[in-house]
Amino acid sequence: MTIKLILAVLVAVVALVAPFLLYPFLLMKMMCLALVAASFNLLFGFGGMLSFGHAAFIGSAAYLTSYAAKVLHLDPMLSILLGVATAALIGLAFGMVAIRRRGIQFAMITLALSQLVYFVLLQAPFTHGEDGLQDVPRGMLFGIVSLQNSINMYYFILGTAVLAMAAIYRLVNSPFGQILIAIRDNEAKATSLGYNIHRYKLGLLVFAAAIAGLGGALKALLFQIATLNDATYIASTEVVIVAVIGGLGTMSGPVLGASAIILLDWLFAEVEFPVMVVNGLVFMACVLMFRQGIAGGIDGIKSHWNVLAKRVANV
Amino acid sequence: MIDPSLQALVSQIFLGLVNGSIYALLSVGLTVIFGLLRIVNFVHGAQYMVGAFLSYILLIEFGIGFWWSLLLSPLIVSAVSAVIERVMISRLYNIDHVYGLLFTLGLTLVTEGVFRYCFGSAGRAYVVPPSLSGTVDLGFVVFPRYRLFVVLASIIICFATWLVIEKTRAGSYLRAANENPDLLRVFGVNVPLLLTATYGFGAALAAVAGTLAAPIYQVGPFMGGTILIVVFAIVVIGGMGSIKGTIVASYLLGVTEALTKIAFPQASSMAVFVIMAAVLVLRPEGLFGRNE
Repeated sequence: MTIKLILAVLVAVVALVAPFLLYPFLLMKMMCLALVAASFNLLFGFGGMLSFGHAAFIGSAAYLTSYAAKVLHLDPMLSILLGVATAALIGLAFGMVAIRRRGIQFAMITLALSQLVYFVLLQAPFTHGEDGLQDVPRGMLFGIVSLQNSINMYYFILGTAVLAMAAIYRLVNSPFGQILIAIRDNEAKATSLGYNIHRYKLGLLVFAAAIAGLGGALKALLFQIATLNDATYIASTEVVIVAVIGGLGTMSGPVLGASAIILLDWLFAEVEFPVMVVNGLVFMACVLMFRQGIAGGIDGIKSHWNVLAKRVANV
Repeated sequence: MIDPSLQALVSQIFLGLVNGSIYALLSVGLTVIFGLLRIVNFVHGAQYMVGAFLSYILLIEFGIGFWWSLLLSPLIVSAVSAVIERVMISRLYNIDHVYGLLFTLGLTLVTEGVFRYCFGSAGRAYVVPPSLSGTVDLGFVVFPRYRLFVVLASIIICFATWLVIEKTRAGSYLRAANENPDLLRVFGVNVPLLLTATYGFGAALAAVAGTLAAPIYQVGPFMGGTILIVVFAIVVIGGMGSIKGTIVASYLLGVTEALTKIAFPQASSMAVFVIMAAVLVLRPEGLFGRNE
């Protein structure tokens, strides 16, 4: 237990000091990516619902937040809340149509619905189509703290992300979470026990959509731009890749996956060889052989270490 | 003299049929693969793209014309896909079928990325083969000969596929493997070989679609992506696992899309998805699907 505590303190210290050691923009980018991956992970790794529609949540939140900040001149907190609410509403709409379908069908339907949202965003006048919403002001948080400052923005995103992850943790380890596990393992049995499985799954979908929306909203304020790229099916597939590489069904997976992808992007930035191919190859390897992802790999190393330690102790 | 707006209408419906023909070839391939292997072949769009690119490369690099491409391109794509199925995809059959979808997603990224690296993102043009250029005059309306060929070819191939699967002995093995692969193996049928052959066939269909589509649409590394999503929606509408359903849905939706372009131009790209949402609410198993 004490090792876990030391590790937690270490991580906290690193997180607080990081912006002074590493490029803050990369770190913030990683956190936004980790949030959307956490959302996907919650929905699929925990809830068993494969969603290919995350781009709809991310894109819509990004646009609404940008619009609120740039055109309506709202406080960044309000802009973000607006973005999150939009994403949640879209999640609800998706759920109303798709929640009764299972597994692969659900994935295909969310993909198609997300494409529908893309076309709506493409044509809606307020998004300015291909140009996107540019020069989005980060604003003054609560009117006092300027988020234009990278360090301030970093701590703001860090705080928000930690709160979101805490919320996910709380959800997973709650009665609601337990029922979702039951539904995932055996829908028929859960139904026979009297639970309205569709309502629970819908609830999870809306919550996950909100978290993804949070990631999208923060990303919009971070990059100070909202474009159609956030709403394409390619954005959805990126989320899937990050979550799978990081490790499905774990709390640390999204962060590890996001860090790995950001690292790969950064390493290949100067090289001509497309990072897309590298990401794809790593992803394929994970699906074939390392289904537990990086998080699983770490667990594997830990258990091997434990076995070795015991052997040494017995000598 | 025919009313010009009627002429425009017929032309537009015909264009819808052309799109529907490509959709039909792709959706039949997807359905055949899904029906037997139970995986959603996400790389289908990339196989379509590679099929088109192979035609382009065969023409530009080797001077090999359209008719040979129609034979060679599906052959090559099918062979490569069969190898991938045997070596990698088959390892995923025993676990959740979602991983098949995820793996083929990875394949798509790698394939599209490599082609983008080699050929750039812009589209290339592929000329209509001279033997099929020109128009066919039916008196009241004029059709481009090549597009008429595409529609006819698609109808013939789709019908032939349906015929083989529903009415022949080989097809009956496929349908039996759908329902109970272990029992079929007991009867002495080489089921793994059947799976590989089926996957190769589905990939061949995608490549044929790509070869046929090359002169109509531009040949680019990402041509498979957007069309694949539309085809997914069509497969959901038609009913997953029903070949007849997907064929009918494909042509129907191709025409609907075209008609929408006349009535509400901005909504034409969304039409298929809106219809899919409506079908899901009203008849979730699809138009021809069976309730599982």
